Amino acid sequence: MSLSDFLQTAMSRWMKDGGPEDDIILTSRVRVARNLEGIPFPVLQTDSHANQVIEQVDRALHTPAVTKLGQFELLRCSQLSALDRQVLVEKHLISRDLAEQGRHGAVAIRTDEVVSILVNEEDHLRIQCILPGLRLNDAWSLANQLDDALEESLTYAFHERYGYLTACPTNVGTGIRASVMMHLPGLVLSGNINRMLTAVSQVGLAVRGMYGEGSESAGNLFQVSNQVTLGESEEEIIGNLSGVVHQLIDHERNARRALLYESREALEDRVCRSFGILAYARRMDSKETLQRLSDVRLGIDLGIIKGVSAGILKELMIMTQPAFLQKYYKQELTPAERDVRRAALIRERLRLDDSEVR
Amino acid sequence: MLCQRCQQRPATVHFTKIVNGDKSEYHLCESCAKEKGDLFSKAAQAFHFNQLLSGLLNMESSPGFNAPPATANRCSRCGMTYSQFTKVGRFGCPHCYESFAPRLEPLLRRIQSSTSHTGKVPLRSGETVKVKKNLERLRRELQECISTERFERAAQLRDQIRELEQRLGE
Repeated sequence: MSLSDFLQTAMSRWMKDGGPEDDIILTSRVRVARNLEGIPFPVLQTDSHANQVIEQVDRALHTPAVTKLGQFELLRCSQLSALDRQVLVEKHLISRDLAEQGRHGAVAIRTDEVVSILVNEEDHLRIQCILPGLRLNDAWSLANQLDDALEESLTYAFHERYGYLTACPTNVGTGIRASVMMHLPGLVLSGNINRMLTAVSQVGLAVRGMYGEGSESAGNLFQVSNQVTLGESEEEIIGNLSGVVHQLIDHERNARRALLYESREALEDRVCRSFGILAYARRMDSKETLQRLSDVRLGIDLGIIKGVSAGILKELMIMTQPAFLQKYYKQELTPAERDVRRAALIRERLRLDDSEVR
Repeated sequence: MLCQRCQQRPATVHFTKIVNGDKSEYHLCESCAKEKGDLFSKAAQAFHFNQLLSGLLNMESSPGFNAPPATANRCSRCGMTYSQFTKVGRFGCPHCYESFAPRLEPLLRRIQSSTSHTGKVPLRSGETVKVKKNLERLRRELQECISTERFERAAQLRDQIRELEQRLGE
């Protein structure tokens, strides 16, 4: 299969660019946690409880209320190979925890991969919706519709005072976690990121680097999400998050403008150097890949690099992960082999753009 | 010493792993250690989060914390004990929220912004919940009207309350 064919079939909708503010916001994601009345949470689940949950969800997926919203395919983790599960993790369709829940876990994925339902992870159901760009309201409304449709045939554990009951009290109430993945190279390069992140965490939101460990973030990617789930309505939670994200976008744009004005040469050098490395290197590890892709994407956004599609950051960020690489090359690869193949894949992808431009 | 995994390169990374008291020693070369690397960082993160949460849950024993009234130590439905909960950070079943309610309140005040839900209510099973919440709100308003002597409005409210009470009774 050629790379462009592979890209056509392997990419979820969220991995392509598009949506408001997509120069800074990669994705918007909303997930809601739900549990079924009268069945122990997954932490105490027996095989028969787990099957009961999966069967109830399967039946609900075939009711007219749900099929109206799309076709879902239900997969049990036990039927999937470790590599396939890892690919689903890398596509953000299931969580790492669910992938490791080989015995009881299952996932229902809508054919367009925008909506998925994680079954028997920490909670019985986690309805998740992921869209490109800043579209939190749309993501919530899709998840909300699916939640209503499922509720027509499933009886949720709901408490008058505490709301939707979840395994962990950090999710109780609305059960909602809304998050956006942001690309913030301007704030990182100008040294303002830590000040910004501290401020964000003071207004009740959580920030974490996407791929780095601790506070260090590879590829200047940050995920901002709500922390509180009880005492505020879903709309308030999403409204608060959107408000802060819009401010972060403004700060990022200002930082980029300032960088371009104050240190244009240094910025151009950095961006073009990274492009050169991506275009010619023969070995690339994941961390360097993310960093160079971030530079190139910044260069594209600022008009320094032309003729390369802007979607390259998101696309290659997903494609160059271990399981995806092995899926594409159809073989198991050691980390050292992956570095070689990763570099080859990046070169090939860049040539694809080149041929389209000419 | 050779790397115990590949048996080819010299072992340069040495560490001891202790899981629940089981001690195992590792002697690996750099590349094998790197390969195991993603595994370790993941485990370390999980540990970190669990520790944080159980730190919060064990707040009860810290000085200055008002001991909550005595409650059941075990959920009557699923059998989970409160001390199990503080270790795992997860409840065993929906009923645990009732079983541990008095100890839950101070915890929720710490980790959430409030202790009562104001968001979405399930359409089908939530119908009675909605009616009850409405009733609560109307009764409060009725009291207000009476104390401010707005009797016309109070009469309207009284009728609405009666109607809702009848619906609940059915």
